[in-house]
Amino acid sequence: MDLTLKVWRQKNREDKGGLETYKVTGISENSSFLEMLDVMNEHLIMEGTEPVAFDHDCREGICGSCSLYINGEAHGPDRKVTTCQLHMRMFEDGETIYVEPWRSASMPVVKDLIVDRSSFERIQQSGGFVSVNTSGNTQDANALPIPKMNADKAFDVAACIGCGACVATCKNSSAMLFVAAKVSQFAYLPQGQLERKQRVLNMVEQMDKEGFGNCTNTGACEVECPKSISIEYIAKMNREYLSASITSEN
Amino acid sequence: MSTKLSSSSVGRKVLMALSGFFLLFFLAQHFVINLFSVVSEDTFNEVSHFMGTNSLVQFVLQPVLLFGVLFHLGMGMYLESKNRAARPIKYALDKPSENSNWMSRNMLITGIMIMLFLGLHFYDFWLPEIKDKFIDGKWDDPTKYFPHLQHKFQDLTRVIIYCISFVFLGLHLSHGFQSAFQSAGFNHNKYTPLIKKLGTLYAILIPVGFVIIALFHYFTQL
Amino acid sequence: MSVLDSKIPEGSLKDKWTNHKNKIDLVNPANKRNIDIIVVGTGLAGGSAAASLAEMGYNVKTFCYQDSPRRAHSIAAQGGINAAKNYQNDGDSVYRLFYDTVKGGDYRSREANVHRLAEVSGNIIDQCVAQGVPFGRDYGGLLDNRSFGGVLVSRTFYAKGQTGQQLLLGAYSALNRQIAKGKVTMYNRHEMVELVKVDGKARGIIARNLETGELERHSAHAVVIASGGYGNVFFLSTNAMGSNATAAWKIHKKGAYFANPCYTQIHPTCIPRSGDHQSKLTLMSESLRNDGRIWVPKNLEDVLAIREGRLKPTDLQEEQRDYYLERKYPAFGNLVPRDVASRAAKERCDSGFGVNETGEAVYLDFSTAIKRYGKQEAAIARMENPNEEDILNLGEAVIEAKYGNLFQMYEKIVAENPYKTPMMIYPAVHYTMGGVWVDYNLMTSIEGCYCIGEANFSDHGANRLGASALMQGLADGYFVLPYTIGDYLSNEIRTGKISTETPEFEEAEKDVSERIEKLMNIKGTKSVDYFHKLLGKAMWEYVGMSRNEEGLKKAMSEIKQIRTNFWNDVRIPGDKNSLNSELVKAGRVADFLELGELFAKDALYRNESCGGHFREESVEEDGLQKGEAKRNDTDYAYVAAWEYTGEPSDAVMHKEELEFNDIELKQRSYK
Repeated sequence: MDLTLKVWRQKNREDKGGLETYKVTGISENSSFLEMLDVMNEHLIMEGTEPVAFDHDCREGICGSCSLYINGEAHGPDRKVTTCQLHMRMFEDGETIYVEPWRSASMPVVKDLIVDRSSFERIQQSGGFVSVNTSGNTQDANALPIPKMNADKAFDVAACIGCGACVATCKNSSAMLFVAAKVSQFAYLPQGQLERKQRVLNMVEQMDKEGFGNCTNTGACEVECPKSISIEYIAKMNREYLSASITSEN
Repeated sequence: MSTKLSSSSVGRKVLMALSGFFLLFFLAQHFVINLFSVVSEDTFNEVSHFMGTNSLVQFVLQPVLLFGVLFHLGMGMYLESKNRAARPIKYALDKPSENSNWMSRNMLITGIMIMLFLGLHFYDFWLPEIKDKFIDGKWDDPTKYFPHLQHKFQDLTRVIIYCISFVFLGLHLSHGFQSAFQSAGFNHNKYTPLIKKLGTLYAILIPVGFVIIALFHYFTQL
Repeated sequence: MSVLDSKIPEGSLKDKWTNHKNKIDLVNPANKRNIDIIVVGTGLAGGSAAASLAEMGYNVKTFCYQDSPRRAHSIAAQGGINAAKNYQNDGDSVYRLFYDTVKGGDYRSREANVHRLAEVSGNIIDQCVAQGVPFGRDYGGLLDNRSFGGVLVSRTFYAKGQTGQQLLLGAYSALNRQIAKGKVTMYNRHEMVELVKVDGKARGIIARNLETGELERHSAHAVVIASGGYGNVFFLSTNAMGSNATAAWKIHKKGAYFANPCYTQIHPTCIPRSGDHQSKLTLMSESLRNDGRIWVPKNLEDVLAIREGRLKPTDLQEEQRDYYLERKYPAFGNLVPRDVASRAAKERCDSGFGVNETGEAVYLDFSTAIKRYGKQEAAIARMENPNEEDILNLGEAVIEAKYGNLFQMYEKIVAENPYKTPMMIYPAVHYTMGGVWVDYNLMTSIEGCYCIGEANFSDHGANRLGASALMQGLADGYFVLPYTIGDYLSNEIRTGKISTETPEFEEAEKDVSERIEKLMNIKGTKSVDYFHKLLGKAMWEYVGMSRNEEGLKKAMSEIKQIRTNFWNDVRIPGDKNSLNSELVKAGRVADFLELGELFAKDALYRNESCGGHFREESVEEDGLQKGEAKRNDTDYAYVAAWEYTGEPSDAVMHKEELEFNDIELKQRSYK
């Protein structure tokens, strides 16, 4: 396959940046999108140009590093995949492909296609945990039966890989799906009950501080989420928040 | 609590939903009353007179409604401006239609269209009513409502504007109805499909109903 | 006596850890506040260690090269985590887990370490559940288990096919809690590039900020390396693109011995390579072998027809298929340990039975399981005379519930529906059992420098059993290191704050900066990947699934040559004071180019076949085991710990003899 790529280049956080056009040829349709970028970079290096920087690591759809907005969609045109799992067979020979970084005030571009997602870190630090210390004598794991349905639901949301596609794709760059996933995971489990109210209040507060937009229920995030996390959980977070803000002590 | 509800993103969203619910309810009520105008002149006048003179409606519900409308508008605009600020640099190529529908993304546009319409609507009905009551001090003419209504729908341009506005209302409702439930925390695979269906039904029936009423009065006066 | 003191406690095997914990020196809470610990790596081992140490009161600085600790490659582990809970009432016990692990490791691991691992395995599950890790459960709400290759009990806990992710997120949440409290300072996008020693003790590191290129000095009373394995020395592996051996290699060069580098696990169930563009290989969890049957066609004509697309695998009748694992190993069948399964696949493919274009693939077929489950489900649903299609649909639903995400992943990558046509799989480099030598306290041969998780060598011997890596990582991080590190730190309470303004830090930083300068100034003609691929090719060819003396010698000289060429001809665009992915890669590949040579040397010196290390010179000549790997316990029952002396080829070997008091050394037989 031969392709024309329009790639966002930006030297550093301060640089203004802009789209550059590159041609790549002889791409196998069995290669992944990132492998196609590898080929492009190899050429750039040989030409003496600095290769395009992009985040990637596991290349099997689980680490959540890769974060490209391809042809107007987070992680490209395929569904339920991350960019590393997107394969070139999804594109036409001769196609022009736009490759841009996530766009959000809360996820500024660091370089080229790499963004700073530390806002997600701070949200998690504000409450995305159960306060239990390491010790060899927590109660036996089976002393706490959990209904299978709750365990499965908790798993469904815990599957979030923190890639940021929800923010990137939301017209408001809202992070509600991401936050809802963590809030819901613990809300479904008995282990999460003690800190349930404070968790949702704190995490939402931090999310707001980071400057993410609000949710207008377009549902775009659940479509683009590589792990298909449903906006049903945003509703759950809203419930959790409402009840916590009414009943919590502070 | 109140501070969190009005200052946090989730809280504001819930308030949007609550004001939305209220407006949905009001709209249904308004529709039912208007429907009387098609069925019977007397009933319409009677109900309108009740609404126009009942103290509870006039001095409690009406201000609440006014506040609800303005709040819904104001909060919507405010949130939209914040949302826009959350993405200062736009994508060079964006295909939002791949993952969401037009109505859900353009509540502001449909909302503003509805507001513009409300301006006209207030000018047509509410201002004269206020003038009657509070300036001219005329509180007790139980037969004025129907003729007033008829008079307004003699004008083709106005009828067309009304009809177009109802299309925007329909678009707004088609997302707004189910969105309000989602924002208020109601989403469950048992009832959400039903809510979505009801939403679609509501978003079609109410505006189409209003359109029919408008056309009815226009054509019956030709 | 060897220079290696493994510090294995006295006493009977089952009392060693308890006794050791009882006698170990502790640091009082007030003093812990004055002690700093650096943890490099935030995977299961590093993340859990950092969180636990911070909970105990130490000041922890944690480093990872990713933009978040949550992205460490532990996240990609699919299948599960072992623990001797005996929830399934199938006769499991600490001893059995210990026994299986030592046996699975082909009797090349340290008995005391493995027993400790088995002892704490149950605590890990308790701890993770307390953190809210959503393990798979049954309808009664209790934890469910799977069985994994090489064992006869079901002791593997899992969270669908994303167990590693869920466990890592558990550790990450514990870490986040400490970051929020200010007890852990997290350095994302930072890479450790040098260890700083003062008076023979590890006292800090030089880290490079990968975004700005800045070199930073960080001091501590102890340094913990938890940077994972070195599988990427093969270029293609199931490791993440960024997985590297740099931290481990830097401490090796500063005096930490590197043990058994030749023990590499080639995982049998990975998606085969599709072409030269391939950047990494994707694992399909071993749990698939619970339900999948592995086969190749019996006749070479069928193989050719399949390769040319004239025949579909589903067209072949049962009698035309060779279920070679079931044929060769009737007792364990498709559930033989990984090393055995991998070699069997290679043997079939080398004999010409590989089923894809490259001739490097075998089938993993679920049709039997789908039918079996389908019939079961039909019976449960009380369907009378269900037709074939209903049975298939019901069966596929069961398979989807168990492995849905894996099947989806396969379909995305290969563009074939694995419910309808058998998966193609081939072995790929997956895990490295070898690593930095550590004593019972997990301290390396540098005082104050610890190594945990995959980065050390300790628990898996020559071969790791499925679902043991997660267990070891978390055992080290949650339940071993936090105790054992006190033994050393109790002597550090009078040390006080360690200054970074010392000649030692000065010099270490200068070394790093000169090295970077040197790399940038080569301005050659080939990319970093070019050399990495060459290295990978040499490793796979000569130091891959089967090794011989001639090949290993060749590998050593070839790798040396590639290394020389690399340092003369590599091209790194951009500058060093910014985010420069090529420069980062170059630093890592430079280390792999040294490690690879030591790897081959270790393989050369180990003239026996054991676990993941198969020497063609050492096979069973006759009897039932003919052709199988032949271990030599008389001459090779030792850990080879290599001391760095300047060039990898000049490394000096120190032997730690392995003593087995509680277990009888036996030929591993899965027949």
